[in-house]
Amino acid sequence: MKVTINQQEFDYQGDPSMPLLWFIRDELKMTGTKYSCGMALCGACTVHLNGEPTRSCQLPMAAIGDKPITTIEGLSEDGSHPVQQAWREHNVPQCGYCQSGQMMQAAALVDKQQPVTDEQIESHMAGNICRCGTYPRIRAAVKSAAESIAVKVTK
Amino acid sequence: MSDSTVSQSRRTFLKRSVTATGFTLGLALLPATRPQAMFANAPESDSFAPNVFISFAEDGKVEITCHRSEMGQQVRTSIPQIMMEELGADWQHVTIKQATGDAKYGDQNTDGSRSVRRNFQRLREAGATAALMLCTAAAKGWQVDPYECETQSHFIVHKPSGRKVAFADVVAVAAKLPVPKPSDLKLKSRDKWTQIGKAVPSVDLTGMTTGTAVYGQDVVMDNMLYAVIQRPPVLFSSVKSSNQAEVKKMAGVVDVIDMPAASAPALFNPLGGIAVLATNTWLAWQACNALKTEWQTSEHASYNSDDYQQALLDNAAKPGEVIRKLGNFEQATADAARVVDASYYAPHLAQAPMEPPAATAVVTDDSAEIWACVQSPQTARQQVAGALKLPLENVTINVTLLGGGFGRKAKPDFAVEAALLARQAGRPVKVVWRREDDIKHGYFHSVSGQRLSATLDENNHVTGWYHKTVFPPISSTFNPAANKPSDGELDLGHRDTPFDVPNLQLERGEANAHVRIGWMRSVANVYHAFAKESFVAELAHQTKVDHKDFLLQLIGKDRHIDFAASNTQYGNYGDDLNDYPVDTARLKNVINKVTNMADWDKRESQGRYLGLAAHRSFLSYTAAVIEVKVNNRGEWTIPKAYIAIDAGIVVNPDHVKAQCEGGLIYGISCAIGQLTALNGEITQSNFHDYLVARMPQTPVSIDVEIIETAALPGGVGEPPTPPAAPALANALFAATGQRFRNLPIPLNIKTA
Repeated sequence: MKVTINQQEFDYQGDPSMPLLWFIRDELKMTGTKYSCGMALCGACTVHLNGEPTRSCQLPMAAIGDKPITTIEGLSEDGSHPVQQAWREHNVPQCGYCQSGQMMQAAALVDKQQPVTDEQIESHMAGNICRCGTYPRIRAAVKSAAESIAVKVTK
Repeated sequence: MSDSTVSQSRRTFLKRSVTATGFTLGLALLPATRPQAMFANAPESDSFAPNVFISFAEDGKVEITCHRSEMGQQVRTSIPQIMMEELGADWQHVTIKQATGDAKYGDQNTDGSRSVRRNFQRLREAGATAALMLCTAAAKGWQVDPYECETQSHFIVHKPSGRKVAFADVVAVAAKLPVPKPSDLKLKSRDKWTQIGKAVPSVDLTGMTTGTAVYGQDVVMDNMLYAVIQRPPVLFSSVKSSNQAEVKKMAGVVDVIDMPAASAPALFNPLGGIAVLATNTWLAWQACNALKTEWQTSEHASYNSDDYQQALLDNAAKPGEVIRKLGNFEQATADAARVVDASYYAPHLAQAPMEPPAATAVVTDDSAEIWACVQSPQTARQQVAGALKLPLENVTINVTLLGGGFGRKAKPDFAVEAALLARQAGRPVKVVWRREDDIKHGYFHSVSGQRLSATLDENNHVTGWYHKTVFPPISSTFNPAANKPSDGELDLGHRDTPFDVPNLQLERGEANAHVRIGWMRSVANVYHAFAKESFVAELAHQTKVDHKDFLLQLIGKDRHIDFAASNTQYGNYGDDLNDYPVDTARLKNVINKVTNMADWDKRESQGRYLGLAAHRSFLSYTAAVIEVKVNNRGEWTIPKAYIAIDAGIVVNPDHVKAQCEGGLIYGISCAIGQLTALNGEITQSNFHDYLVARMPQTPVSIDVEIIETAALPGGVGEPPTPPAAPALANALFAATGQRFRNLPIPLNIKTA
């Protein structure tokens, strides 16, 4: 089967029930997308499937079809997505392990909607765990990412 | 000796090596392109001299080695930052190298909140030594006094004349100079600091925001196999029979290997079980799930946490072994107008770093190289060398980034697993711990039962304080006979009870371990602070005194706790009590600070429900106020939290702030999580049944105040955690009148 990841097409011949996470990490050796729970409980493996935030650890290869996939490596060419910039401005990461998933989850929100309220951020981000406890900074960074996109849109 | 020279100075001081034109402080005389050879030749000495951290390339670029593991505390920024203060280099021309595990760096065990405090002086000296050599080189050219020169932004400046020369232009000359003595160094006074105390952005921010940062789980080798291990469900049980042959035929499976069975003491040894090696993680995982294994059971199959909880609390209610005593608590009880007592329970917890443990090994006949997310690379090196029966110098431990550690990754059992499997497989092997493995087979935070009792006179003054703590100790992991709280654990918030009462009695009781017990962020401080600070709030409530006022009064006058007066010795986190006294003024100060921040005195008129807790740990003082809201369904949220920390001199205030935010949130997780055991097996397996704080359970915002002080640096990574659980419990009591003495606190307290 063919899958499109970060605008590049790949061929996959293996077990169609294998979750996308392991194709990305072990076959393509793209390790920005993280494994943490394997049960769609923590969000560390979040990618975009046709623009929607999706837990790649629970997405079988067979379920992808022709929907394009974006990983953290493809969120921007040079780390310049407003979410990535906001993450650096607010010094969000501590250990950083969950942050690929956090940023993919956040980007899916702010790309579509600005501004975002505290409540929207909380309900949108509730599935993403961070054990370092960067949540207050994530809240602030999501807000400022949305604001910077809104500014660009109005310009 | 034109471009190569050896320092004749003392073995413990900076050796320098000159390669083509660059020079390296403290690295032996070998080309930079052969680091392994260099390590192989370096003696595992007792040296802890500041001599292996800074090197210069011929173009003046600087490489700084970070010998501590990065697990979120930004040590890869703060350790270089300390050296940068004196070095005067420009961050643009500095790269950070991660040290392998090697005794030449001194202690590398990244735990105990000690990376900054134990390295502060020697790393400033390491930076100053390099700077003085550069200044001396420049001063030679200018024919001036080197002490008239200083380093600034990668230049040496002659202060009287304003002349400047770039690092690059003097490196070759500096390399040939004798290394200055420590007494030659003139460290900057604090008012001249430009790096220490500055919020330097973290060096790994770009990697962490683009997915390019490499963690233990991310290591990839050519021809590598992925291993998933089915470990015994009960500690020290072993494989009786299994269907290995059948599983070996499954798609992608290359080998199925029996791990050596484990027995007491647990140490840092692998737990045994059966490893499945396959061509990717998922195939290994599927095959591991297909293993049908019958286990030979062990004595620990009797472990049921419900019964155990009751036994701990029963034990806590009986007289124990006195470890600190002042006055006569028994008499105080007889004389008291009133006696209040309460028991507290806290369950086992898993550190549950977001990155489950992982290690990759390449093993040959006579060497091993590991890439792993380890907090203690020297421990990993010893363990791997021991398991493979290799000389220590033939084992290299490369430290990746750690996706969280919290104490779990200070135990390198997973590195040993990878080493054993790579040797047997004859090719590189990555061992991937699944979340289920992490939750069920870790080194758990201990389960505890405690009883506190206070005697009060007619004026509601506390005349006596009693605290008995009972928990299976960490030392049981190293000695199965160890069954009572160790001195080191009692020193974490129990023996150092700071209250000014005439009659004090602190005791411990015995408890046997049935799982591997290990340290977790803040260790015994977590449950000791929970019981102590909850009980203070209970007493304040009973006596109808404001909690803050009650706590301040109980701490009493400004003083340094005199442990000798109560006939006990206090370990003080391995540091001298003269340098780091238990200072009640500093403890009261953070309480006053945080209650001001939270507008504590107006809380009732404003209809806000606040909980307070304060605690000294790791030589620092923290106090927290948590505000809760409870809706009519019984669900609580935390609109706001406040924390004040006095950690002495801080290197990077933004890191300290981040640790305060994250440490407090980690402490909230400690209040809501639990591991239970049934017939020796841990019941929980993943984040659906092992609860950790998600965004909705955490403060919408946290105000952090870092106290300005000239005190020596204390710990930062752990001290923000202990006040969280009692502050939350106290806030929930304020809001609802429900008192949570047994953790966990449910997310919906109406169902409690």
